[in-house]
Amino acid sequence: MALDRLFRRRRTRGGGRDVPELWLKCPSCEAQIYKKDLEADLMVCPECGHHFRLGVEERVRQLADEGSFEPTTGAVRPTDPLRFTDTEPYTERLARYQQETGRPDAIYGGTCTVGGVPTLLLAMDYAFAGGSMGSVVGEEIARGAELAAEEGRALVIVAASGGARMQEAALSLMQMAKTTMALDRLWEKRLPYVSILTDPTTGGVTASFAALADVILAEPGALIGFAGPRVIKQTIRQDLPEGFQRSEFLLRHGMLDRVVERRELRATLAHVLRLLHPEGGASDAARV
Amino acid sequence: MPLEFEQPILELEARIRELRDYAEAGGVDLSDEIGLLEQKLERLQRETFANLTRWQRVQLARAPGRPTTLDVVERVFDDFIELHGDRAFADDPAIVAGLARFRGRSVVVVGHQKGKTTKENIHRNFGMPHPEGYRKAMRMMDMADRFGFPLISLIDTPGAYPGVSAEERGQAWVIAQSIQRMGRLRVPALAIILGEGGSGGALAIGVGNRVLIMENAWYSVISPESCAAILWRDAAQAEQAAEALRLTAHDLKELGVVDRVVPEPGGGAHRNPEGAMDALAEALAKELAELEPLSPEELLADRYRRFREMGAVEIV
Repeated sequence: MALDRLFRRRRTRGGGRDVPELWLKCPSCEAQIYKKDLEADLMVCPECGHHFRLGVEERVRQLADEGSFEPTTGAVRPTDPLRFTDTEPYTERLARYQQETGRPDAIYGGTCTVGGVPTLLLAMDYAFAGGSMGSVVGEEIARGAELAAEEGRALVIVAASGGARMQEAALSLMQMAKTTMALDRLWEKRLPYVSILTDPTTGGVTASFAALADVILAEPGALIGFAGPRVIKQTIRQDLPEGFQRSEFLLRHGMLDRVVERRELRATLAHVLRLLHPEGGASDAARV
Repeated sequence: MPLEFEQPILELEARIRELRDYAEAGGVDLSDEIGLLEQKLERLQRETFANLTRWQRVQLARAPGRPTTLDVVERVFDDFIELHGDRAFADDPAIVAGLARFRGRSVVVVGHQKGKTTKENIHRNFGMPHPEGYRKAMRMMDMADRFGFPLISLIDTPGAYPGVSAEERGQAWVIAQSIQRMGRLRVPALAIILGEGGSGGALAIGVGNRVLIMENAWYSVISPESCAAILWRDAAQAEQAAEALRLTAHDLKELGVVDRVVPEPGGGAHRNPEGAMDALAEALAKELAELEPLSPEELLADRYRRFREMGAVEIV
């Protein structure tokens, strides 16, 4: 065991600058994993099954039918309505995240099919300001719901977010109402909405559109809740129960429909969409 | 306990009282002196309140003696009867709800409730609801729709309760559902921020066709203390966070988040709750009169438009 660790450590140091690119350490079991292996396993640790956070483009690749995806997001850009500055001006934070991710804000998505069902797929980008929801995320979700309703598509949103974005203050809070109310466009047309909760989904995102889907799926072990565990711990001044606010805990408490491993996610999503979407039956038969 | 910036005002008031007592007891005429001091007091109060910082407004919003939901229900409405329970798990004392009349018409009232004493505050959980509170609120929204009564909600919470049991029973889920339920009301919905409008716990009953706010109330995505703790990593920077968040009534009117600011009497609502509540009653009557002629479809469309337009983005 000790030898094993020594060996691993030497290997991470030994390769110089290239090594961090080739090897990753699992945050759950601390195993060193060859990155290519991890990618082949859809970024799930082969040792312990820990689901690594996924980039939004990779997420879309894993869920959309091959070659079907056309992006619709990107035209809506953030502004700085409050001229907000904390330890750094909001505009500078935005510029940095935009440079790092190549996206205007914390959401990416477009039209595609999933198992043949016409879908509007949106994924929140945790790498952009913790996936926080400000005016842009709210606007893209409202537009997504409206477009899905207009074109007869199912709506699928993959949530990964720390909650509402503080730097847009009350305007971020209002996005909770805006996104929630936009979902009713789908309701009127009997179009399905599936929410996929990934690590982490908390705050104003959980407490609005993410919790209101026809079917709610979650990846294993994802942190999901309203208040973050640190805040709760400070409030109650007690240790939190084992597994508190993890997907499995939420399933037990009746808040989710299913916890689905990443390698099953696409099939489960397609299964649900085909049953719910008016064109699901037809597309299924067409495939046979 | 008076607020720090109120101290000079209170001292001056005490001096005027002393002089009056002295004049009365000794039979001396001090009316000139008293008159001058009263002028000075009036000026001091006006200047102090014209130059309040955002953090001082937050303190006013929390000041003991400010009208709570039950005070408003008592003074602004008639024939109030409180209704209890969520029909699923419990009755949450942090949210009160019931039926009442407002200037002749039946209405449904829902509001956060803080306590006036420490004991009552513990009972009311400092106005921080558990999921049961929002379930009770949704029940009342159903009732408003069923009977065609306007829904009036009164917001005064630091936020929904962040605790283990609240999470176990789906705090995020009920807040989302309550936002959705209120958005779907087919009757006029008026929301008023009385004191504190803390985040999703406030918005859950804040999806009105019109949203009003008392002059010294605040409403934002997070409290200044929590915002400071996260962004500055120091809760003591709350004063700075309050400035950055632009959370005052006038800020929110500028941002389009609220439709009307209800003026508070000089010195703030906690020093003259009756005056503040009378101003609120007038504002409510005006807003309700504008909404009542609208059909259920028009009310739905009006509410959708109101929230659909929220936000600041650039389209390229």
